[in-house]
Amino acid sequence: MSDRPTPRPRLAVWKFASCDGCQLTLLNCEDELLELAGAVEIAYFPEATRAVVEGPYDVSLVEGSVTTPSDRERIQEVRAASRRLVTIGACATAGGIQALRNFADVEEFTSIVYAHPEYISTLDTATPISAHVPVDYELRGCPIDRAQLLEVIAAFVQRRKPRVADESVCMECKRRGTVCVTVAHGTPCLGPVTHAGCGALCPAYDRGCYGCFGPAGTANTASLAHRLVDLGMPRRDVGRVFRTFNAASPAFAEESARHLGSEQEVAR
Amino acid sequence: MTHKIPGGGRELDVETLARVEGEGAMRVVVEAGRVADVQLRIYEPPRFFEAMLRGRAHTEPPDITSRICGICPVAYEMSSCLAIEDACGVTVPEEVRLLRRLLYCGEWIESHALHVYLLHLPDFLGYPGAVEMSADHRDEVERGLALKKAGNALMSLVGGRAVHPVNVRVGGFYRLPTRAEMAAVRPQLARALDDAVATVVLTAGLDFADFEQDYEYVALRSDHDEYPLESGAFVTSSGAGFPARDFGDWVTEQHVAHSNALHARLRDVGPYVVGPLARYTLNHDRLPPVARRAADEAGLGPTCRNPFRSIVVRAVELVVACEEALRIIDGWQDGGAPSVPVPPRAATGHGATEAPRGVLYHRYSLAGDGTILDAEIVPPTSQNQASIELDLRAYVQDRLELDDEELTRQCEQAIRNYDPCISCATHFLDLEVERR
Repeated sequence: MSDRPTPRPRLAVWKFASCDGCQLTLLNCEDELLELAGAVEIAYFPEATRAVVEGPYDVSLVEGSVTTPSDRERIQEVRAASRRLVTIGACATAGGIQALRNFADVEEFTSIVYAHPEYISTLDTATPISAHVPVDYELRGCPIDRAQLLEVIAAFVQRRKPRVADESVCMECKRRGTVCVTVAHGTPCLGPVTHAGCGALCPAYDRGCYGCFGPAGTANTASLAHRLVDLGMPRRDVGRVFRTFNAASPAFAEESARHLGSEQEVAR
Repeated sequence: MTHKIPGGGRELDVETLARVEGEGAMRVVVEAGRVADVQLRIYEPPRFFEAMLRGRAHTEPPDITSRICGICPVAYEMSSCLAIEDACGVTVPEEVRLLRRLLYCGEWIESHALHVYLLHLPDFLGYPGAVEMSADHRDEVERGLALKKAGNALMSLVGGRAVHPVNVRVGGFYRLPTRAEMAAVRPQLARALDDAVATVVLTAGLDFADFEQDYEYVALRSDHDEYPLESGAFVTSSGAGFPARDFGDWVTEQHVAHSNALHARLRDVGPYVVGPLARYTLNHDRLPPVARRAADEAGLGPTCRNPFRSIVVRAVELVVACEEALRIIDGWQDGGAPSVPVPPRAATGHGATEAPRGVLYHRYSLAGDGTILDAEIVPPTSQNQASIELDLRAYVQDRLELDDEELTRQCEQAIRNYDPCISCATHFLDLEVERR
C-alpha cells in the first residue's frame, strides 16, 4: 500500500489535582473538535473516551498540580512517555488554588475537611509540573483560553513556536477599547501585572482583573500594590488578591507575603 | 482489568473510569455467586477547599469555590452566593434572581449536552467515545456540540466566559447584560430548543436495561412555580420538606465499613438520590409546556425510577433549560441594578441550588467583619455515592452470566447514569480505601 497515510501526531491529555476546567476547554472547542480529532490521534483522554492508545505520545497536555506522593511518581512516567509536554492552566503552571496549602499547615487543613485524616495521603505542597520534570511550554489561565489552547496545539503539531504574547491584561483592555476601570472608577484591578490571554474580560464586565492568568513577564507587583493601598484597599485584602489562583507563582507569592505578614512562608 | 479468584469468584477492576469528570475507579468482587463488595473509589487528590476558605473575605467564595469544578462552576457560584446572602440577611431583587437562573440555564445546557452526547450516548450506541461515534453518527454528535455551544454562549454572555464565569458576585452581578445583547444569542437558543426536543426523541428510542429501583429522591422545590434551579427548599419522595438551613439536621455522613467511604444519608431513610431523576419526579408538575409535551411523547410518566433512563430525563431538562432561557430573555427589561450591597455580620448562612448533577449545599459562618470562620460544601456526587454502589450491587447480582468485559462495560455505564463529578466529590471522600 504505497498511499498509506503518514501517522497522525498522538495527543494525550493527563489530569493531576485540578477542576477539569482546562481539559473541558478542549471539549469546548465545539467547532474545531471533530476536525482536530482528524488532524491528531487523540490517544489518551479518559474524560472523552474509553479507548487508550499506548504511548509514546507526540504531545501531552497536562492539567493540574502535583499534590500526592503517587502523582509525584506519575508525572515522571508521563514525561518519559511524551515527546513534548505542555502544561495547561494555573494548576499545572503555578500550583493553582490548592497551592494555598503551601502557606498553611497541611495537617490542620486535612483535619478540617476529613473525618479520618489518617487515611489521607497528600504532600505538604501543591507544585507546578515544572518543579518535577522539564516542561516544553506553559499555557496560563484559570481557566485557559480556548483560542490560545488551539494555537498551542497547532504550534506543537506543526513543530513551531506558539504565538502567545507575554504581555499584561492592560494591553488587551486597550485593544478591546474598554475604559480603564481604575482610572475612571477607582476600581482595584490587577490588569497591569497579570498575564494576557483572557481578552481582558473582567474590566469589560465592570470588574477589576483578579489575576487568574498569573503574573505577566514584567510584573511590577510592588508598584501596583502601592496603588491598591492608595485606592483604599486594606493591606489584608491586597495580600488576598495576590494569593488566590496563582498564589505560588513567585511574583505573586512574594507580593502577598509583604502584606500578609512575614511569618507566612513563601512558595517553595 | 479482571481476575478470576479461587472458588469461582471474580473481580472486576476499572482503574481509570473514562468519560466521567475527575478520577475514579470501580471495583466489584463476586464470591460464590454473590456480589461481595462494590466500590466506587475516588482517587482524585484532595484540594482542601473548606480549609482554604477559612480566613478569606465573605465576598470571595463565588470565585474560589467555582474552582472546585470546571464543568459546574455556576452551581458553586450560586450556592455560595445564596449562603453568604443568607448569613448577611440579604435577599436579591427579582431581576438578579432571573439573571442567575438564566446563567444557570447556560450551565445546564452545556453540562447536560456534554454528558448526554459525549459521555453517555457512546455507551448506548456501543462506542468508546464521541469522536469514534462521530464516524457513524456525525449528525448526532454535531447536534450535541451545537447544543453545548449554545449553553456556553449563554454562559459567556451572562458570566463573561464558560468556565469559571467572572461576572458573579455576592449580591448579584458586576454588570447586567442588555436586552440587545440577549437578543443576539436568542436565535442560537431557539435552535437549541429544537435540538433539545430532538434529543428527547433520540434518547427515548434507545434500549434500556430493565432496572427499576426504589429510590428515595431529594430535590429542591421552587417558591416561584418553576422547575427548580437557582433557589428553593428541599423536598423528598417520602414526603419530607425542609429549608436549606435544616440540611445538617436531615443529612448525615456515615462511615460505612465495607467501602471505607463517607456516605450521605437522609434522616430516617438512608441512602438517597439527587439529580435529574429526583428533580423530575419531584417536580413533574413544574415542567414548562414544551418540556412537558416532549416528556409525554417520550413515554416518561410522572416518575422515573430507572437510572439508565436518566439520559432521557437529562434530555427533557435540556428542553427545560432552553425554554426557560428563552422565557427570561424575552421578558428582560434593561435598567435594573446589577447588585445589592451585602454588608457582613456575624452569622451562619445556608444555600442550596440544583447543580446539573443534583443539589449542591453550602454553609458559611462569618465573623462580624465578614471573615469566613468555617465552611461546609456538600456536592451532589457525594450524596449519590451510596446509591451508585447499591445500583452496582443489584445490577451485577442479576447479570453474573455476562462475561467480564461486557459486565465491566455495563457497570461503567451504570456509574455514568449519575454523571458523577469526582473533582467535586473529592473534597470530603476518603481517598485511600485500599488502606485497611
